[in-house]
Amino acid sequence: MPLITCRDLSLGYGGSVVLSGVNFQVSSGDYLCIVGENGSGKSTLIKGLLCLQQPFGGEIVYGDGLRADMIGYLPQRMTAGSDFPAGVYEVVLSGRLARRGLRPFYTRQDKDAALTNMRILEIEYLRDACFGELSGGQQQRVLLARALCSADRLLLLDEPVAGLDPMVAQGFYEILGTLNASMGMTIVMVSHDVERAVGNASHILHLNHTQLFFGARDEYLKSDIGKKFTGGD
Amino acid sequence: MFEIFHTLSEMFSYTFLVRAFVVGLLVSLCASLLGVSLVLKRYSMIGDGLSHVGFGALAVAMALNVAPLAVSIPVVVIAAFLLLRISENSRIKGDSAIALISTSSLAIGVMLISVTTGMNTDVCNYMFGSILAMTKNDVYLSVTLSIVVLILFVLFYNKIFAVTFDETFAKATGVRTQAYNMLIAFLSAVTIVIGMRMMGALLISSLIIFPALSSMRIYKRFKTVVISSAVISVVCFFLGIVISYQYATPTGASVVSVNLLVFLALCAVSLLSGKFRTRRVQQ
Repeated sequence: MPLITCRDLSLGYGGSVVLSGVNFQVSSGDYLCIVGENGSGKSTLIKGLLCLQQPFGGEIVYGDGLRADMIGYLPQRMTAGSDFPAGVYEVVLSGRLARRGLRPFYTRQDKDAALTNMRILEIEYLRDACFGELSGGQQQRVLLARALCSADRLLLLDEPVAGLDPMVAQGFYEILGTLNASMGMTIVMVSHDVERAVGNASHILHLNHTQLFFGARDEYLKSDIGKKFTGGD
Repeated sequence: MFEIFHTLSEMFSYTFLVRAFVVGLLVSLCASLLGVSLVLKRYSMIGDGLSHVGFGALAVAMALNVAPLAVSIPVVVIAAFLLLRISENSRIKGDSAIALISTSSLAIGVMLISVTTGMNTDVCNYMFGSILAMTKNDVYLSVTLSIVVLILFVLFYNKIFAVTFDETFAKATGVRTQAYNMLIAFLSAVTIVIGMRMMGALLISSLIIFPALSSMRIYKRFKTVVISSAVISVVCFFLGIVISYQYATPTGASVVSVNLLVFLALCAVSLLSGKFRTRRVQQ
C-alpha cells in the first residue's frame, strides 16, 4: 500500500483554486521530485500533504501506517528572524517534540537521536552556535537534521536549496541521495533547480496549476514536457 | 555595607512590604519567563493590551464591590484568547484591534471610577501601581497562581520553544500549536492580572518585555535567554523595591527604571564585546 495517495486533489487559498486535478502515489522508498514554474502550486501541494490546508476537493490518503508525527518537514523559508536566540542543538532536538505527545521532557533516547542526526549532517561542531547567525547552507543542514528527528518514514522538503550556492546545493543533494538509498527514507521534494534535482529522483511530478506529468524519472526525461523543461534533448 | 543590611531588615519588619516582596518576586519571575516567548512571537502588544483590559476589569470590580482578582482574572483570560485570535488572523488589523480593545477598556474603567468613587487616588494606584493594594487573601491567591504559572511553564517549556521558534513546522509534524498558543496567552493573562496591582496597568507590560530584551543582547540560545531573563528580572525587582523604600518612590516605576538601566548597560556590553559587529559582517 502506498504511503500517500492523492485522488483528484484540488487545493487553493481563500476562494481561488491554485491547483487541481492532481493524482499521484508515493510508495515507501520513493524519491519524488515535484517541479514546475513559480506559482504553479508546488508549495501549496506540500502544505496540503502536511494537512496545513484543507483540500477543496478530492482526497489525500495516508497509507501503510503513516501518521503526522512520522513526517519530517523542511520549510521553504524560516519564519524566525536572524535575531532569534536559538541554539542549533535546541532546534534539532525540537524535531522530536511531536512524538513526546503530552509528556513534558525529552528522554535520553530523544537526545541521542538529535546527536545522531547532527552527526549524519556533519553539524556536530555547531552544537552550541546560534541558529540565526549561521550561513544559509548551515541553516538548511540544521533544519534537515530537525526534519530527520521527526521523520521515521517520510521527508517533505520545500525548495531546500533555494538561495544556496551551487557547491553547497550539490552537497545537500548528495545527503538526500544517501538518506534515500542507505536509510530507505522516502523523500518528497519541491524544487526549482530542475536539472540537478531531477538527477537524484526516482519519480517526477510536474505541475502547472494542474498535473502535467507523473511517472518515473526516465520516462519524464524522454517525454516532450520533460525534454523541454530540463533543456535536454 | 552594614547600612544595606540595616535597611533590608527594617524593610522586612513591615508585613505589607514582605507580602509585596513575595508577590512581586514571583510575578517578576513569571513575567520574565513568558516574556521571552511573547517578545519573540511579536506578541508584546498583547501584554500591553491585556493590562488595560485588566484596568477596566478592576474598575468594574470596585464599582460592584466584589473581589478584584476574582473578576479580572476571567475577564483578562477571555480577552487574551480574543486578542490571540485577532492577531493570528491578520497582522495589520490585529495591531489596531488590540489598540481598540485596550483603549476602550481604559475608557470604560475611567468612566466607571469617576461615576462611582470619583477620580481619586484609586485611579492613580491602578495606573502606576501601589504596594499597599494587596490584602492577605490577594497575596495567597497571587502566590498560588504564580506557582501554577511557573509549574506549567516548566512542564510545557519544550512545547513553548517549538511554537515560538517555528510554528509551521510544529503544526506540520502534528504538534497542537493552537492549544499551546492558548496556554501562553492564558499564562500571560494570569501573570498580568496578578502583577498589575503592584506594578500598575501602564507599567506591567515592561516586566514582560524588558528582561527578555535585555538578555537577548548578550545570550544567543533560548534556554540561556530564558534563565538569564529570570535572573535579571528578579534582581531588578529586588533593587527596585529597595530603591522605592529608600527614596519613597513608586514601586512600579522604580522597578521599571532599574530594568531600563540594565537594558542600556547590556546594550553597551553587547556593542563593546563586538558581537554586534560580527553579526553585521555575516549578514
